[in-house]
This record gives sequence, structure tokens and C-alpha cells, in this order.
Amino acid sequence: MATLKISLTVNGQSYGREVESRLTLADLLRHELDLTGTHVGCEHGVCGACTVLIDGRTARSCLTFAVQADGCEITTVEGLAPAEGKLNILQQAFQDQHGLQCGFCTPGMLMTLTELLRDNPDPTESEVRDVLTGNLCRCTGYAGIVSAALEAARRLRAQQER
Amino acid sequence: MGAKQFGARVTRVEDPALLSGRGRFVDDVKFPGMLHACFVRSPHAHARIRGIDASPARALPGVHAVLTADDLPASMATNRMPMLVPNPAIAASLTQHCLARDEVCYVGQTVAVVLADSRYIAEDAIALVDVDYEVLPAVSDYRSADNPNAPRAHLTLDNNVASTFRMAYGDADAAFASAPHVFTEEIWQHRGGGMAMEARAVVANPDPTDDLLTVWSATQTPHICRRMLADLLDRDLETIRCIAPDVGGGFGPKAIFYAEEAVIPAAALKLRRPVKWTEDRREHFMCATQERDQLWTVSIAVDDAGKILGVRGTLLHDTGAFVPWGIIMPYIAAATMPGPYVIPNYALDIKIVLTNKVATTPVRGAGRPQAVFAMERLMDRVARELKLDPAEVRFRNFIQPQQMPYAVGLTFRDGKPLIYDSGDYPKAQSEALRMIEYAAFKQRKAAARAQGRFIGIGIGNYVEGTGLGPYEGVTVRVLPNGKVAVATGATNQGQGTRTTLGQIVSDRLGCRLEDIIMTVGDTAAIPQGIGAFASRQAVNAGSSAMIAGVAVRTQVIKLAAQTLGVPESDIDVEDGVAVARGGNRPSLTFRELARLAQGMPGFSFPAGQTPGLEYTAYFTPPQASYCSGTHLAEVEVDPMTGAVKILDYAVAHDSGTIINPLIVDGQIQGGVAHGIGNALLEWMRYDENAQPLTTTFADYLIPMATDVPTCKIAHVESPTPLNPLGVKGAGEGGTIPAAAAIIAAAEDALSEFGVHFAETPLMPERIVAALRAVNAYERLAEIA
Repeated sequence: MATLKISLTVNGQSYGREVESRLTLADLLRHELDLTGTHVGCEHGVCGACTVLIDGRTARSCLTFAVQADGCEITTVEGLAPAEGKLNILQQAFQDQHGLQCGFCTPGMLMTLTELLRDNPDPTESEVRDVLTGNLCRCTGYAGIVSAALEAARRLRAQQER
Repeated sequence: MGAKQFGARVTRVEDPALLSGRGRFVDDVKFPGMLHACFVRSPHAHARIRGIDASPARALPGVHAVLTADDLPASMATNRMPMLVPNPAIAASLTQHCLARDEVCYVGQTVAVVLADSRYIAEDAIALVDVDYEVLPAVSDYRSADNPNAPRAHLTLDNNVASTFRMAYGDADAAFASAPHVFTEEIWQHRGGGMAMEARAVVANPDPTDDLLTVWSATQTPHICRRMLADLLDRDLETIRCIAPDVGGGFGPKAIFYAEEAVIPAAALKLRRPVKWTEDRREHFMCATQERDQLWTVSIAVDDAGKILGVRGTLLHDTGAFVPWGIIMPYIAAATMPGPYVIPNYALDIKIVLTNKVATTPVRGAGRPQAVFAMERLMDRVARELKLDPAEVRFRNFIQPQQMPYAVGLTFRDGKPLIYDSGDYPKAQSEALRMIEYAAFKQRKAAARAQGRFIGIGIGNYVEGTGLGPYEGVTVRVLPNGKVAVATGATNQGQGTRTTLGQIVSDRLGCRLEDIIMTVGDTAAIPQGIGAFASRQAVNAGSSAMIAGVAVRTQVIKLAAQTLGVPESDIDVEDGVAVARGGNRPSLTFRELARLAQGMPGFSFPAGQTPGLEYTAYFTPPQASYCSGTHLAEVEVDPMTGAVKILDYAVAHDSGTIINPLIVDGQIQGGVAHGIGNALLEWMRYDENAQPLTTTFADYLIPMATDVPTCKIAHVESPTPLNPLGVKGAGEGGTIPAAAAIIAAAEDALSEFGVHFAETPLMPERIVAALRAVNAYERLAEIA
């Protein structure tokens, strides 16, 4: 099996690896770099649990080969918190609004909403629900996730104004 | 001291780790030298295995072994897997072999396993395992499985009937003979899956240092897993530790013990290496157990006022190729059918048939959603035929709160008489009607119709046996550093088990929630355990947490009083400190008390003192506790596309006393989402050869954020007298009546066309076909 040398940045840290061309980005992150926060729920690009940011844009890491991420900047759920033991505003809103139960889909939800709130700081409920159609959750019935997103948007706007 | 945590909207202690990517799921477990497994699975629904040639696979670089049945330990090689819930009514007592020997009976059945350096290589290798199959005729549609000329699901069977039994009381035939009105429905309900976002996964690590086999499994029942492994591997129980770490959703299919959970540890022991297997989604669609295939032919007899005189009929249940969890789901279904209504006479004949599909075992609701759908379709039929309001028909037939405890006349799945312990069904329905503004619905419907829109409303009532025994234990132990260790056999797949049990211990013992160190889902933490199913953990483990917390508090008070030289009645315990009320309020911290409670080497304890501050309670409920509720759905149907949109949804739910409303609301909302899937989306389809057709999330749709409204939720709290907390289960009630309410609402939306729906899920094509059959489109064109 052909291998290729790649280098990429994950959550601000640089990595160089020699990988099989068929290795998925999700498996690179989880099993080579030990960043197991990114989860794999379907391996066919529907459930969104594996969502990460590649150069700032959401992508399915289960449908992306690691070699495609060569030279890219990746952000995963491990890169969201401002410091060890702290939660960022979106993460805190998830806890406050009961936006997670088993927590398996949560990393993907957080990455999708991170992009949304960056690009649209004042989304409507309908816009939030629309963007969340790319992420499946079996536990929560989405109510807590939607209210967490809206609450986080409010808190982020309040922080901007301060 | 009053309750501080119990009943409060406490945010969950589980969350910070899960939100930071620091959860620990089975696939996150990693060991040096670990091998990766992939299973060779049957591509046929029914076939004889004539031979297996694994030599090309074994020759692939990176492959360490390919194991077939005869490579497993003797006890696993030839014996079938144990049945988890045996019952004498099961005629064909069939479970599968861990790896198939000479016959496969469903697509995806485990035939062999490849162990390789990576999952990638293991998947390459399974393509090189040559299995010589002789394809046999398969039973796909359970409705014809008991035809005399149907193929047999197994070569050894004379027929496909696994069991028949009757559940009855009163004299239904006499009631029907003299009834003024009798209505009959044929109701066809389809199978779907639990579809936890984390599929199954197993890691086994045999440690030669202490001869301990540690198995991580994404299971709801690690203690059961451990007992099964001890039998199958012929090992002492003490040499096996099973851990269910963070588990990404359960919903029932993870409650049973699977072949893969036995094969991976066996492979690890044989190869003396850690082994990991992570199920992919396609495997999950094929091989994780499913539920809900049932055909009901049921009749209701009523008087002129719509009062029920009797219910009778038949229930045909598809158990799939095997019967691993016994006949629990059709049994529960038959016992759930009477629900909240006074039904003087009842008779249901149940037949369970085998097909060549993956076995059915409980999925969130476990037979109850089907029963509620059947009963509520009958109630709607009565309302329509007698021109009564659907809510009014139900009010006329409710068991009244003053009739509690109410003996239905059947025996429930726990072997105890089916006696509703508590509940106020009229109140719950009134609450739900109020929340959704039922009284004003007729005007809303007329206004919508004037705009060319079709909206409807539907009701689903249910009673659910929850909190099943036999027990769940909790150990509470004050540690020398002053923190409090809590261990339980209860498990956590998202229910917030750590938080709710922590709330109880915090209040009852008198410590801070953040000082509790909770171990769930680990057989090393507590010797006996059962696990998560049947909405049972709050009742069983919650009660044990209370009993153990109170017992340790008593020990704390005793030791503090003795040490401080004050009467026990003068000691308060709060936030991990025992304080004397009198004098200058001398106090002892848990840290100090835990050290005192250890004793001094060589010195005897004062009379009556026991070692440590520690207690283990195993609460045993005397019978199931019955929660109940009413769901109301308001929907809009687009007749042109057959799409159903849920506009509003109200739930009045009685799960007894509420430990944490934040968590209970989440359980209800999530349960409704699953019910929406059952009502409108989720249908695990098979072709006539029992080949699964829907094996991706693109073919089998589960509800998305745009499909599930935020529910209006009211708690009607009728505490049960059956446990010290008064709690009843909350995990499944959200799902159980959802299909009944939603499909009734869709039918109501199209009431002017007179279409009738008696099938779950109600797919758009079914709606369009029903409208076509009554020439609705011609009528719509005329109006336009």
C-alpha cells in the first residue's frame, strides 16, 4: 500500500506523518494522533459525528483522506476550550441547556455550530435547525442543542459588545 | 437539612469531559500490540456452509489469524449462546452459535473473524475468506411465515412457530356476542433499529500478569456480559472484568449479549494480544437487533356511549432468526394493550414466528409502542364511528385515580400481577389538551383549511411498566481524602446516571456533588449488577443510592458523636462535615472521620463500630411501577407530497417523583424524537429473500433537527408507593405513544377524504396512495 508523507496543523500543533493513502482523516486524528474526541458514527457522511474544521470550514473527516489534509489547518473538539478544565461559551451553553446526553454526536455538533456562529452571529431558530440537519443526534431530540446554539449566540454577542 | 439536589434542575456532571473531547468510548481504548478484528458475515439470509477456505486470507501480510467456529474454546465452538430471558412457552429455543458452524440464518451472521495489524488490513482479508455456501430458501415476510408451505427459517425446524400463548381475563367472546358495536382493525407495524450514534464495540485485553481478562464493551449490561463470558470461556467469574465506559447511546439493542462480545475476548486469549472490534454502521444495520414487526388483528366492543365492553384479537410477532431475549416484547405488548382504560373483558392470542432476519429484542419501548398504537387506533375508530370527540371517548373509559391500585387482570413480564400502583390518567390528558389548546383546534383547522392547508390533531395515551427488578446496587464509601466513592451496577448511555445518583447521595449522606467519585458500568466496582433496560435504573439504583446514603450518614453521625462526646441527635452532616449543634460547634470532616473509621492497627474497635464508612444497598422492587401519560400531536399534511410536518407536540407525563427535571425533560424530548422516527421515517426494509435493503442513513432516515419540534412538557407527579423515592421510569415514555398520536393527527388532517391509516411508519408514498385510492386528487383539482 502506497504511503505518503504529510504535515498538518491540528489545534495549533504541527504534526508530520507518513500515512497510507487510504487512511481517513478521522482515523489519523483518532488513532495516529490520539485525538479521540472526533467520533465516527456512520463512515458514509450522513451522521456528522466526525465533523472537523479544515482551514476553518466544516468537513466530514470520515470522508476525507488524511493525505487530502496535507498542509491544512485542522480544528477538532479538543481545540475549542480556552484552557484545560475550562469550557468555551458554546460548550458551556450545551451544558446549561442539556444539549447532550450520551455525548457521541456532540463533538460534531460543536464544530458545525462553531462555524455557524462565526459566520452568522445572530441566527434564527430555523437557521440553526437547518444547519444542524447535517448532524444526527439520537438522544436529545435536538431541543437542547438548538437552545444551546441560540443561547451561545446571545452570550457571544454580549461578549462582543462589552 | 432539606433536600438540596433532589428535584432540582442540576446540570450534569458528565458534560465537561464529553464537551471537551475527553470522553472515553470503547473505540478510544488503545493498547500496544493491539490487533484489530473484522468479521466474515453471511451474505445470505439462509444457507448451508459446506466449507471455509481461509488460507489466502491468512497469507495476507499483517494478518495474524482467521478464526472459525472450531478455533474457539470447546464451550463456544459447539454450544449455542445462552438465552438471556428463557421462558417455558418457547417451543423452539434457538440462539445462534458465536461463529456459525454449518448453517447461517440471517444476513450478517458471524461466520469467521480476521485478526490483523489494522482494521484496514482486516477488511482486506475478509474478502479473501472463501466460504462455500449452499443457498437455501429464506423466510422474509413474517405474515406468511407460518404457512405450511413456507420455507423453514432453520433446517432443523418442522415449522416457524417459536411460541404461542394467550393473555386474557373476563369473557371477551360473551361481551362481543351481546355488544351493540364491534369494530375491527388490522394493524401492520414495521421494524426499525435503536440506531445509537455509537455502534457496538468490544476491546479485550488478556493480562498474563494477574490472569485477568478485561473487556470493554459498548453495552448497557456489563455485569450480564461478564456472566456470559464466564460461561462461554469456562473461566472463573473473578478473572473477568467488564467495563462499559462512556457508551454512545443504548436504546435497547445494546442490552443483549452478542456473539461478537464473546468472540473478541476468545480471540484475545487465543492470540495472547489485546484485540479491538468496532462495528461499522453497515454492520449495525445488519446485525444489531431490531424491533417492532407486529401484525395486530384486533376488535373492540363498545356500548352506545362508547364505553368499552371488551377487546380481543390476535398478535403475530416476528422474532427474526433467533430468540435471544425470549418472548418479552410480544408479552409486554399484550400486557400493555389495555393501557389506561377500563376494559372488562380481554383476550389476545399471540403467535411468535421465526424469519431469516436479525433477531428482534427490545428497542426503546419494547412492544409497548405497538400495543399503544393498536389500542389508540381502536379508540379513534370508536370516536369516528360513534361521532364522538376522540378525547371524550378516552375520558369516558379512563381508570379513575380513586381506583388505584388497579388490578388489570393479567400477569406482567415481571411475573407479578399487572397492578397499576398509581397514576391520574384524566389529569394527564387534561393537562396535555390544555397545553396544545385542544378546545380551539377546530377553529385552527378551519382557518388552515381556508388557506388550503390540512392540519390535524391526534391523541396517544399509555401506561408503561417500568423499574423492573430484580435489583440494582449502590455502594457508598467515604474515602480517606474526604471524597465519597459511589459505585453502581447501573450504567450510563446518556441518561445522566452519574448526576442523578450523585444528587441522591449528596442529599442523603450530606456531601457536595462535586466531591462524589462515581463508578458506573464496571464489574470491578460492585459485585452484582443488572444494567440499563426497562426504564429501571432510577427506581432500582436510585432507591439503593438513597438507602446506602442514609446508612453511611448514620455511621458518620455515630462515629462523630462518639468522638466528640455529644449525643447522636446533636450531629448535623452537611457538605462533608459532621457538626455538633451545641457548644462551640465542634466538627469533624469526612477526611478525619474516614481515617478514624479505619481504626488503629492492633487496637480493637469500640463495640458496635464497623470498619470504614461504607454501605452497599441492593434495592429490590416488589413489582413494576407504572408510569403513564398523554401525548398530543398537531400536524400538517401536504397531500401533494405526502409529507407530514409536526406543528406542535404536547406531553403530560407521570414518572412519579422527579429527581432532575432537566434530565427527565431531555429523556421525554429524545424519546419523542425516536417516536417520530417510528411514526414517519424508520422502516428497516428487506427484500423477498430477506436481504436488508436499508443499510445506510441515506436509505433509513432517522429524525433530523428539522423533523422534531421542541415539545411542551408537563409533569403529573403521582409518586409510586413501591419504592422509597416514589420514582417511576422515564426513559421510554417519550417514544411509546408518539406514533399513535402522530398518525392519528395525520389521519385527522385528511379527515375530509375519509382516509384511514393503520400502519407504522406512515411514509409519504402511503399517504399519497391512500389519497389516490379515494380519488382525493380529482376532488382537490375540482376545488382548485
